Amino acid sequence: MSALKIAVPRGALFGETLDVLEGAGIDTAELRGGSRSLIFETSGVTLVTVRPSDVPTYVEAGAADAGITGKDVLLEQSDRVVYELLDLRYGRCRMVLAARTGNDRLAEAQRRLGTMRIATKYPRIAERYFESTGRQVELVEVKGSVELAPLVGLGEGIVDLVATGRTLEENGLEVREEILECTARFVANRVSHKLRAAEIDELTAKLREASRR
Amino acid sequence: MRELRRLKQALLEVFEGRGYGEVATPAIEYDEVMAQGDGRAARSSYRFFDESGELLGLRSDMTVPIARLVASRFADAEPPFRLCYLASAYRAVRPQSGQLREFEQAGVELIGASPAEGTVEVIEVLEAALDAAGLGRAVIGLGDADLYRQLLEELGVEGEARDAVLASLAAHDLVGLEQGLSEAGIGAERVETCVALTQLRGGSEVLERARGLGGAAVERAIARIGETYEELQRRGAAERVQIDLGLLRDLGYYSGAILEVYDPALGHVLGGGGRYDGLMKRFGLGLSAAGFGLYLGRVHTAQMEEQGRGGS
Repeated sequence: MSALKIAVPRGALFGETLDVLEGAGIDTAELRGGSRSLIFETSGVTLVTVRPSDVPTYVEAGAADAGITGKDVLLEQSDRVVYELLDLRYGRCRMVLAARTGNDRLAEAQRRLGTMRIATKYPRIAERYFESTGRQVELVEVKGSVELAPLVGLGEGIVDLVATGRTLEENGLEVREEILECTARFVANRVSHKLRAAEIDELTAKLREASRR
Repeated sequence: MRELRRLKQALLEVFEGRGYGEVATPAIEYDEVMAQGDGRAARSSYRFFDESGELLGLRSDMTVPIARLVASRFADAEPPFRLCYLASAYRAVRPQSGQLREFEQAGVELIGASPAEGTVEVIEVLEAALDAAGLGRAVIGLGDADLYRQLLEELGVEGEARDAVLASLAAHDLVGLEQGLSEAGIGAERVETCVALTQLRGGSEVLERARGLGGAAVERAIARIGETYEELQRRGAAERVQIDLGLLRDLGYYSGAILEVYDPALGHVLGGGGRYDGLMKRFGLGLSAAGFGLYLGRVHTAQMEEQGRGGS
């Protein structure tokens, strides 16, 4: 049988993901070398590096048997069928509603217009949150640098992921509401979870141990 | 199209060779009938009105229409009834995902056979169908639909907490499951055994390990699965059956044994089925029943992948 394929997220989670894989006995030296390759055969597994938001796509289709990505990605793509097996506990950050510091345009819009314009990269998480809190909003989807939006009048607030809060602060924004907390998760393809049970279980156990150290 | 037609023919030959007669039902059903089968999951995604204002819907699977057909037409005939179908059904899709609103299913329904024997027979037909499709490596997952309902009752998890836990189980979200059980006030140790239970899959050793996790609900589920599995072993049909205590089908009408079908060449589930004794009762016929349905498109894809694999 071919080696187990694991989707590894490039970007913010990359370093700690390699550390936890290393802790689970997988040699990741090649990935750390700044190689432009996207596929690495190492320690009996195949590591494929992809964007974090692509991890559920690869895993759902079975192109990767398992993968690691943030809970924010899983929630935003909750219609993708992947098995969430483990909370890896790193990459901790918060999904928040933020607005300009000391400025009450957010509340003003809510009061006078009955709606707010919110810029976000996470329209589904935002939609669910405002729906569950009974508020009407107009969501503006942007692909990057969401912090800019309220500064130039594209909406009164943003829903975004915050790790330390420094980016918000530097752009004159502050957290108004906490929506949820996110960490890295280990996910598996539904069929691989059944047909390669022993390998997946063994890797899950090792990752659990490595992430609890 | 040629390969697909051959695949359909091969499947129908297997079904008919085992005494299953093909039936056809209209694609349009009364919404009320679909809702009677399953208030939520089997309800049609596409509903509309007829000329006199009755609510109609496109069927979302074949099991409910066949249950209705048997209850209304065969009520006085002598069971068991062996029926098969090759038909289109209709489900909501995720936009731009390549999923089709209309998809074909091939399957059988065995209505009125004794519970354990019926399940075993249906699994044997399924195995023959997979062989006929050239999917010699395919695996059939065998689980129990009542396990978690009974387990949660035993643990005293009710109402919203119960729904949340079942949703996590259905999505196989172990992190959410652990959280949901903890929030429902279940002790850490018990939570851990519940999560471990969902990860038990394999041969008969799985039943032993499940027994170690304890509880009356687990014990009863093990007895039910064990009976079916032993009968399969006696008949030499257990080899490609994987006992799976983490299985949960999202259609509410299943009770007892549930099935899921996988092939290593495809990342998606090929089909599923199980027992649905309660469904027949809802249509006024107290007969036990079991069946399976295969997604024809996925079987076709898996067949191509398996053949490509043989050639390379």
